Amino acid sequence: MNASKSPRSFVAPYLRELPRSGIRDFFDLVSSRKGVISLSIGEPDFVTPWHIRETAIFALDHGATTYTANRGTIELRRAIATYIQRVFGVAYNPENEILVTVGVSEALDIAVRAVVEPGDEVLYHEPCYVSYAPEVLMAHGVPVAVPTRREDGFRLTREMLEDKVTPRTRALLLNFPTNPTGATMTREELAPIAEFVREHDLVAITDEVYSELTYEGAQTSLASFPGMQERTIFLHGFSKGWAMTGFRIGYACAPPELSEAMMKIHQYIMMCAPILSQKAALEALRSSADTNEMRASYLQRRNLMCGALNDMGLPCHLPNGAFYLFPYIGGHGLTSKEFAMRLLDEENVACVPGTAFGASGEGYLRCCYATDLKAIKEAMTRIARFVKKL
Amino acid sequence: MDELLKLLKANALETTANLARMLNLSEPDVKARITEYERTGIIRGYQAIVNTDDLDLPIVEAVIEIKVTPERDGGFNRIAERISKFPEVDALHLMSGTYDLLAVVNGRNLKQVALFVSAKLATIEGVLSTSTHFMLKTYKEHGVLMQAEAQNERIQVSP
Repeated sequence: MNASKSPRSFVAPYLRELPRSGIRDFFDLVSSRKGVISLSIGEPDFVTPWHIRETAIFALDHGATTYTANRGTIELRRAIATYIQRVFGVAYNPENEILVTVGVSEALDIAVRAVVEPGDEVLYHEPCYVSYAPEVLMAHGVPVAVPTRREDGFRLTREMLEDKVTPRTRALLLNFPTNPTGATMTREELAPIAEFVREHDLVAITDEVYSELTYEGAQTSLASFPGMQERTIFLHGFSKGWAMTGFRIGYACAPPELSEAMMKIHQYIMMCAPILSQKAALEALRSSADTNEMRASYLQRRNLMCGALNDMGLPCHLPNGAFYLFPYIGGHGLTSKEFAMRLLDEENVACVPGTAFGASGEGYLRCCYATDLKAIKEAMTRIARFVKKL
Repeated sequence: MDELLKLLKANALETTANLARMLNLSEPDVKARITEYERTGIIRGYQAIVNTDDLDLPIVEAVIEIKVTPERDGGFNRIAERISKFPEVDALHLMSGTYDLLAVVNGRNLKQVALFVSAKLATIEGVLSTSTHFMLKTYKEHGVLMQAEAQNERIQVSP
């Protein structure tokens, strides 16, 4: 008889080798401590606006407990189409170009899986959200990071992309405003990126989830450039702009053929997004007042925290989007991880080391200002005291 | 409303340095604007919002609906001014609907408030009727929840 195999050997090799998110190690560490001020939370500190919650309660009261159409309810898809047309100037047909998903996370997963063949390369700018590279790996593709720099405001340029593109490049993944840097790109800056995607015949996958949290200038998407809609998968959701993270509701917009491909995966793995969340999302799209009010509040907290960080000698560019600051901490002889660990240890403040967002995040720290004003002020006092000791 | 006023309404104790930073203004500019608001009476005072329910004080509060005969010159103003001068009256509003004035009145006990209404308010010339409602519990005051809301249970670290 063979010696029994270890359970680990049953795990598919590609998953075995996939490192778990650096953020999870940090999470375990922070969770074990008391009295921590956390600037490491990647979600709004607002509770979902009451009228949206109330709509979900009303729907539950009235027995909305069923499946919906795979693509999501037609009412929600129509409302999404109207919203995207109004804000981004891109027209999608709610019948066959819009697919409601369980958060942007699912939308990203099915978008990558719909276009990537084993060995295909996917370009993405870094530092970036923790899921991009693993998503590509899990689709058996090859993630290719394009590092961005503080001196460029963490924006992407065509030159950076030209350096990394190969005949195997299949897609470009974009996320502006960016988690963790807060970087945004203007229409003028995006134009050469659109050109690059067209000339190399690539698919663009755009994660627009922070779009409503753009402080200056209009929200804009690569999908709105000439010749781009037919080669773009536009991903968006309600988590950040409407403070609805727990509702897990997102969507993917794409030309019918691409949408149908994503739909195949979606119907087999997910069936449909939860009906209560869909009802709530429909209510969310009825007004932009909540989003405007939250944006104004984030902006004030951004200004306060950015000023404080620069004052204490942690140089920080003023980001134009999302709710993160990405100060440079490299001047103190510590790595990002060492800095974050010691800050947690000595001052009980949790910030995520920049390296959790890719190798190019070394030397940085992600500080989220979607945090109570009082906590921000106390955290700034503590970080300043910590920096002084270094 | 001006963002500065909004911030002060949320927390009147916020430092001018922080206010300046949040609004991207200079500190002297913020100070000057506050002084100007105070001078013109836009800002009329600064108060703490106190949860009196938990203090167990001998205080009762009532809202009183008052019907009034308006006067040819000045409408409701003369009577309203007269009523608002009583220290027992915390707030007074002219309302649309089935009555005219809404007064928030406080006293040490039910009897004292009732006496105030019958002896002082109802006897004013032009007051046609009053209807008194005693407050039992305060859930929200000046936009602040008085009962502790469930903590927002965000996980401590998330991507």
